[in-house]
Parts: sequence; C-alpha cells; structure tokens
Amino acid sequence: MAQMTMIQAITHALDLELARDERVLVFGEDVGKNGGVFRATEGLQQKYGPNRVFDTPLAESGIIGLANGLAIQGFRPVPEIQFFGFVFEAFDQIAGQLARTRYRTGGRYTAPVTIRSPFGGGVHTPEMHADSLEGLFVQTPGIKVVIPSTPYDAKGLLLSAIRDPDPVIFLEHMKLYRSFRQEVPEDDYTIPLGVANVVREGKHVTVIAYGAMVHVALKAAEQWSKEKGLEAEVIDLRTVNPIDIDTIVASIKKTNRAIVVQEAQRSAGAAAEIIAQINENAIYYLEAPVLRATPPDTVYPFGMIEDEWLPTPEYVLATLDKVMSL
Amino acid sequence: MLSQVVARFEIPYVQVLDENGNVVNPDLVPGLSDDDLRELMKRMVFTRIWDQRAIRLSRQGRLGFYAPVSGQEASMIGSEFATKKEDFLLPGYRDIPQLYFHGYPLHQLFLYSRGHQLGGKVPEGVHCMVPQIIIGAQIVQAAGVGLAFKLRGEKRVAVTYTGDGGTSQGDFYEGMNFAGAMNLPVVFFVQNNQYAISVPRELQTRAQTLAQKAIAAGIPGVQVDGMDVLAVYHVMHEAVERARNGEGPTMIEAVTFRYGPHTMSGDDPTRYRTKDVQEEWEKKDPLIRFRKFLEEKGLWSEAEEQADIEEAKEIVNNALKEADAAEKMTIPGLIDTMFEELTPTLKRQRAEFAGEEAN
Repeated sequence: MAQMTMIQAITHALDLELARDERVLVFGEDVGKNGGVFRATEGLQQKYGPNRVFDTPLAESGIIGLANGLAIQGFRPVPEIQFFGFVFEAFDQIAGQLARTRYRTGGRYTAPVTIRSPFGGGVHTPEMHADSLEGLFVQTPGIKVVIPSTPYDAKGLLLSAIRDPDPVIFLEHMKLYRSFRQEVPEDDYTIPLGVANVVREGKHVTVIAYGAMVHVALKAAEQWSKEKGLEAEVIDLRTVNPIDIDTIVASIKKTNRAIVVQEAQRSAGAAAEIIAQINENAIYYLEAPVLRATPPDTVYPFGMIEDEWLPTPEYVLATLDKVMSL
Repeated sequence: MLSQVVARFEIPYVQVLDENGNVVNPDLVPGLSDDDLRELMKRMVFTRIWDQRAIRLSRQGRLGFYAPVSGQEASMIGSEFATKKEDFLLPGYRDIPQLYFHGYPLHQLFLYSRGHQLGGKVPEGVHCMVPQIIIGAQIVQAAGVGLAFKLRGEKRVAVTYTGDGGTSQGDFYEGMNFAGAMNLPVVFFVQNNQYAISVPRELQTRAQTLAQKAIAAGIPGVQVDGMDVLAVYHVMHEAVERARNGEGPTMIEAVTFRYGPHTMSGDDPTRYRTKDVQEEWEKKDPLIRFRKFLEEKGLWSEAEEQADIEEAKEIVNNALKEADAAEKMTIPGLIDTMFEELTPTLKRQRAEFAGEEAN
C-alpha cells in the first residue's frame, strides 16, 4: 500500500495497464517526453518507449481520429485531451465517430478507446480549461462517462475504463489532482463502471454528487450534522453515463428527500437526467421535490468570480435546509 | 525585400491517354497484362451499369441514400485496382464501387443504402471501413489505421477517399499532417469532381491545385487526369508502393466530373452548372477513351462489352434479391449494438421496447 495523490494513482494505473496489455497506447499533446502538463504520464515514455507513449501534433480531432483508426485495428488507445474545454475541436470524432463505431458496423468494429481529460473549476485556469462538459456526453449514445473523486477510485475506475470494450470518457478534476493523498493498493484492482458509491450514510436527505462536488457535499453534510443534528446520505455517482439509479432509489426509499450537487450549469445535464430517472423510479417515495445546487446557466467564468460561481458547502447547506422545509 | 528562397515546390500533372485514347506519355503506361487491361474496362462498365440501375432503383424507392458515380469510373476503379486486398480503405459515401471491388458484398452495399445495420457489417477478410457521411472524418482515422500497420510492422497501406469539398475541412489537413509527421503508410485520394453539391471548386479555395495542399503537410502531392484510368492507376500504384516501403504518405488529386446529381435526394445540377460544362466533360469520358485504347490493341469488342453488361445486370439483380431477403431490423436488436454489454439503463429500455415486463 502506498499513499498517493489522484495524479499519482492515474500514472500508476496507466503504468500497470501498459505493462499488462501491449495493445494499450498512450498519446496526446505533451504526454511523451514532458510527461503531460500535469505529469499524469510522467516517466511512461522512458519506460515503454516512443511507440507506446508518444506526443502527437497539436490537433484534438486528429488525436481522437488517430485513436479511432487504431481501435478498429485492434489497439486499445488511451488518448489525452489536454483540457476538456478543448473537446469541442474533437466533438465529431467522439460523438459522431467513436461512439457510433459499433452501431455503424453492426458490431464488426468496436472502439475500446479511453479518452482521459482534466477538467473542473477552482484552479484559476484560462478560459475553456475548467468547464464541466460531461452533460454533452450524457446525451451521447454509445459512450460512457466516468468521473472519479478519490485516488483509490481513480485507479480502479481507470483500469476498468481501459479494459472496457466500448469507448469511455474519463474526466479528471484538476482540483482533486493533488488536494489529498489516500491509501492506494499497488496491485491490480478494478471498480466497475456504472456503480455509485455511498460515501456517507444518513437518513434525512440523499445528496447525489460526482467529482469535486462529492467533497463539497461531504463538507456540508458534516456541518449540517453538527449544526442541525440532521444526517445527509452522500452518494458519489462515479459514472454519469450510465447513471446508477438503483443506488439512488435505494437511498431515497430511506430518506424520502434528495438534492443533486453539480458543478456544471443547471439545465439539461447530468443532474437533470438524475432527477428525471428519480421521477420515473422513486416519485412515490419523495416528500419534497428534488432540488439542484448548481451554478446558473452561464458559461464558466474563468478567473475573477469562479470561486463564487462554483457551488460551495454553504450553498449546499442552504439547499439541504430548503429541501427539509418543503 | 526577398533575401533568399528557403523552399520550392512543384505539382506534377499526369496523363497517359488523351481524350481519344492515344498514348501521350509512353513512359508512364503501366505494365499491366492484357487481362488486367480488360478487367479495368469490365469494372468501369460494371460501375456505369450499376450506377444507371441504382439511379432507377432509387427513383422507385427501392434504394435508400445513393450518390451517383458516373463520370468518376476511372478515378474509382483505377485507384482501387492499384491496392492489395489487405490494404485498408476508408471511403466517403460515393465510393461504393471501390468497396465492391475490394471485396464488399454488393447486397450489403444495398443494405447500407437502406440504413440496415447488416450493410455496415464488414465481412471478415474484407479490409475497409463503411462509407463515411461526415466529410473528412475518415481522413484522420486513416492516419490511425496507418499507424497500426506501422506499429505492427505490416506492409499494408491505408487508403482514404474524399472529394474537392473535403479538402476544405480541418480534418483533411490534420490527417495529412499526422501521417506526414509520423511517416505513416497512407494514401489520400481526392476526387475533385468540380462541385461540392453545388459549390464550385474555385469557391473552395484560392489554391491553384488541390494537390498542393499536401505540400503544407510536407508530403508529395500529385494531380492526375481523373478521366484516364491508366494515369490514375500509375500514380496510385506509385503512391501505395511508396507507402508500403516505408517512404510515407502521398496525396493525389484526380481531376474528374460527376455527370449525375450529388445524390438522389433532390439535387438538381442544372441549378449550378450549364449544359456546356456537362458536354465538355462528357467528351473526356473515361470509358470512351479507354475503349478506344483497348480497341487499338485488339482487346475490345462490342460482343465482349455486351456480355459484360449482361453479367453486370445479373449481378445487380441477384444482389438486390439477396438484400430484399434480409431480416428486418428491430429496435431491441438496434439497442443490442450500442455496447458489448448493455448498461442497466439500456437493459430496461430494451425490455420496454421489446414489450417485456421490466425487472
């Protein structure tokens, strides 16, 4: 066992998988000699050589197109989009191509590609670096979207993603990269995709979150317990496409109230889909409408006011109080 | 003030047969056997017959999406003929003849046209992707296929097709640039048929040729008479063999013309091109000039061509029957092709759409 940050857990997972499966290739902008702008691929080119871990020209569509061509030839590419805000450049190659490969060829070709990408607010990046764009892929058939919130989960989920026979977007929250360490076993373990994790038990309200918002939700829950004596049950979704509705419903049966904490803008994203599925599966267990603690429907405001824009523990607390009062 | 020239480039233009089938460039006549020469004619005749039949079927509603190919036979047939079976094609939606002659069963191409998933199920041992709808998306993927061959040390080539409009896409440059930077075995074959639906070639770019766009990616670009099957074969053969030998990618611009509409979905070419332009190009027809060339060599007869036409019609009819016999797609069957193992969400939806009780 070793204490690892999330970025170390990710490097460690890539290392394990490069060693285990020679079909795995890791590539993107600056991932080779430089080891990635966050050092996620540190030392991997030296260890596995420039045929397995390499720099590409600076073109996101080209990077994902390259992955697509390699995948239909039997490789398991793990390309990096340097910041997820750049994904618009590659949107066709992901949503129009990768995610449709199995459909388009009646299963003759598949696209076992894992796209890794840093995202997330609160680290004061330039524009188009921090945006939470996972909702775009919640609406994209044929692709899974994974967002870990801890070093332990990051390793187990990344290994599952790379081994998955279909394309996966693996989003790494920049604020979590080095914010804390955790025990991460050095041996091979996986965490199944599409299975949520109850990270705090409670009986009064279910709080559904993912990524950095899991930690914001936990902080709010502790304070709520201390101040009001009320206990929130916090679910870390871990995968936003598909959504583990069974875990959510089981919790709501106990708490009869729920809120969703989401870093992305409010409308039509993962939170909206979670609430729609709660409506379909658990509405008779609810004593109040499901509320959302999210930023407004604006673009991500890099710089000056981003910390005000992002949901805070105080905002979550206010939302918890509100849902209890309804 | 110009102090020095740091780079110079030129774009060759290749023609072997003139419009009357006379050899204008004897050095470049490919070393093909008489049987191969007859086969090239037979394939072009097949393509012309297939196209006429497909247009009729499309009007009758028996075919789905169809993009006519007449006029482009030399570019399509000549280029594919220079590939090996194990080379991998990444076509656009008009490139049905190349797929057929690369081994794709014709009845599946009918099914593709109708939106049946069996149409996209490339048979084992046939090396190609299904036709691409998004203009240029296949071009960056071709670099990936080329990289796979290079990494495995296989002497195979990725061949991708697009049109004049496709050369305006960012993916076109990205694909060539990746292939150039990584020295990959890829051939980028552009069929410049003069119009991207209705927009003429001169509105796509101020570049004098499309072939010169290769220069920016540091790879050779060559322009060829796309109505001349021998010239197309010659430049394509050189390009695929260069790629196979590890000498890197090539971009080819075949200057050609589509006689018919863009697709059978309501395009009316009289809105954007004159009868004079059409007639000018019909004088360059690839079948007429190659027929004259073969006749001169004693390799063509009216009776042989008639037999080829009858055979083509028979093949098309049989393929149509086979396509008609395919089992209809179902919504649960469609859902099954989204993932290798369905997610719980999709399992529930599958049960719902199959009319089963969800668990």
